[in-house]
Amino acid sequence: MAEPDRTERGRKLPPGVVATVAVLVLAPVVALLWVGSYAREEPRLWGFPFFYWYQFLWVFIASACTWLAFVLVRNARRDRGGDR
Amino acid sequence: MNEVDYVALTIVLVLFAFVTVVGFVAARWRRAASLASLDEWGLGGRGFGTFVTWFLLGGDLYTAYTFVAVPAAMYATGAVSGFFAVPYTIIVYPIIFVFMPRLWSVSHRHGYVTPADFVEGRFASRGLGLAVALTGIVATMPYIALQLVGIQAVLEVMGIGGAENIILRDLPLFVAFAVLAAYTYSSGLRAPALIAFVKDFLIYLVIIVAIIYIAVEIGFGTIFDAAEQKMTATNPNTGAPTGSFIPPPSQYLAYASLALGSAMALFMYPHSITAVLSSSSRNVIRRNAAILPAYSLVLGLLALIGFAAIAAGTQPIGLDGKPNAQLVVPQFFEDSFPSWFAGIAFAAIAIGALVPAAIMSIAAANLFTRNIYRAYFEREASPAREAAISKVVSLVVKLGALAFVLTLDRQNAINFQLLGGIWILQTFPALVFGLFTRWFHRYALLAGWAVGMLYGTISAYQQSSPITRHFGRSLDEVPFIGDLGYIALTAFVLNLLVATVLTYAFRAAKVPEGTDATSPSDYHADAGDPRIKPIPELTDDAKAATT
Repeated sequence: MAEPDRTERGRKLPPGVVATVAVLVLAPVVALLWVGSYAREEPRLWGFPFFYWYQFLWVFIASACTWLAFVLVRNARRDRGGDR
Repeated sequence: MNEVDYVALTIVLVLFAFVTVVGFVAARWRRAASLASLDEWGLGGRGFGTFVTWFLLGGDLYTAYTFVAVPAAMYATGAVSGFFAVPYTIIVYPIIFVFMPRLWSVSHRHGYVTPADFVEGRFASRGLGLAVALTGIVATMPYIALQLVGIQAVLEVMGIGGAENIILRDLPLFVAFAVLAAYTYSSGLRAPALIAFVKDFLIYLVIIVAIIYIAVEIGFGTIFDAAEQKMTATNPNTGAPTGSFIPPPSQYLAYASLALGSAMALFMYPHSITAVLSSSSRNVIRRNAAILPAYSLVLGLLALIGFAAIAAGTQPIGLDGKPNAQLVVPQFFEDSFPSWFAGIAFAAIAIGALVPAAIMSIAAANLFTRNIYRAYFEREASPAREAAISKVVSLVVKLGALAFVLTLDRQNAINFQLLGGIWILQTFPALVFGLFTRWFHRYALLAGWAVGMLYGTISAYQQSSPITRHFGRSLDEVPFIGDLGYIALTAFVLNLLVATVLTYAFRAAKVPEGTDATSPSDYHADAGDPRIKPIPELTDDAKAATT
C-alpha cells in the first residue's frame, strides 16, 4: 500500500530550519546550473577569466552552505532530545 | 621520450611497494574478530569516522581516470567536455546531503549492504532489485577497466609498454593487478581505506607543486590566453571551433545537464554507496558533504593542467607514435619537472587507480552476492558464506576488467564507461525517490528503468565523432528543446515520465504493490539507536575520529 511516508513525530524539524536548509542546499545547485549567469570572460582575476574563477569560488561557498545546513540540522535535532 | 625514465620508474616502484605493504597490513587495522562477513570484509565493519570516510570517499570518487581524462578533455576540446567536472563535483554534495543519511539509516536498520538490497526490501520486488544490481555491475566493470587505462598512460610516458611481445608489454599491468587483487582479497575495504591516505597525500602534494609552478613559470593569464586561442581557432576537419573556452548560449544546456546528470549519477554507483555505508553515523555523512569539496578544488586545478599543457606546448604522443590526449598530464609532468618529481606524480596517478579499483570490485562483488546469488540461488546463505563468495567474485570482476583492457580497444572502455554513466542514472528513481516515498509502483519503476536504459543506449550509439562512428560523445539533441544535452539526463526524464504514468495505470488496474519491509522511523535511525546493530570494537575510535 502507498502509505503516507512522513517523518515520525518528535523527529520532525521546525519549519524554519527546513526552509533555511532547503535554501542552503539549493543555492549552489541553482547558481551553477544557471550557466548564463557566469559564462563571461571579464572581469579577470589573477589571469583567470570570470567563468573559471567564479566556479572555483563556488567550491568554497557551497562547502560553507552545506556545513551550515549540517550544523542547523544537528542542533535542531539535539534541541528536540533526538540522537545528536 | 622512448627511453625508459629509470629515476621516475624507481620512485614509482618504491611507492608502489610501500602501498602494497600497507594494503596487507590493513587487515590488522581496527582489527575485527573475523573478516568473515560482508559487514566486515565488504564494509570495513561499518565504523569509519569523518576523517577516514573523507579520505576513503575522496580516494574512491576522484579516480585516476578522472585525473587523467578531465585535463585531457580540457586539452583537447575545452570547458564543456572537461570543466563541467567542477560544477558537477560541487553540486553532488548538496544532493547527497539530502538523501544519503536516509539510506544510511535504513540500511543499518535492515542490514542492507547494497543499494539493490534496499530497493528489493522497499518495493518487495526481487526483479527491481535485480535490475538495480545488474545495472550497478555493468556500469562498474568498465569503470574498473578505465583505472587500468590510467595506469597505462603513466607507464607509456615512462617509456614502458612499447615491447612488441604482448606478455612483456602488459606485464607491469598484470603485476599491479595481481597485487591489488591479493590485498583486496585478504583485507577487504580496509585496504583501500588505508591506501587512500597515501594516495591523497601524494595527489595534494603534486597538485600544489604543479599549481605553484604554473603560477610562477607560465602564469595563469598565459595559459588561459593560449587555451582561448586554441579553442576558438577553426578545426580544419569540421569547420567548427576546436572546442569551447567559455560556453556560448547554445551550449549552456549541455554544460548544465552534464553537471547535473553526472552529479545525480555519481552516488548511484555501487562503489560510492559502499564507501558511504562504511561510515559510522549519519553525521559523518553530512559533515563529509561539507568537506569533500576540497577534492573538487583539486580536480578543478588539475583540469587547468590541460590548459597549461597547451601553453607549454606539450606533445602527448604515444609509444605507437600517434597523438593521444590521455597522455597529456603525465607528459606535462615528464617535460616540466625533474624525473624524481615526475615519478611522484606518476605514482600518485597509479596509486590513485588502485583505491577506486579495489572499492569498485568489492562493491560489484557485494551486488552479485546479495542480489543475484543470495536472491536467486541460496536464500539462506550465512554471513561467512556471503563473504567467501564476495571475495572470489571480486577477483573475477578484476580479471574481467583486465581482460577488457587487454583484449578490447581502449576506446571501448571509454565508450562503455560513457554508457555506464547513462545506465546508472536510470536507477535513481527507485533508489532516491524510494527513500522518500513509496508512491511509485514497483512495476512502473521497472518499466521506467527499462525505457531509460533503452533510450540512453540507442541515443549514445548513434553519436558519431571524428574518432569513432558510435558513442562519439555523451551529448545529443534534447527532444522539444533542440539544444544539445546530456543523454543520461534526457533518458532519466523519460524514465520518470513512464514510471509516473504507469503508476497511475497499475494502481487503477489494482496490480498488487507488495509489502514494504521498512517503516518510516527506519529512515532517521542513527548510531546509538537501540535498533542499530552496535559494533563495539569500532564505536570508540569512531567517536575519537569524529570529534
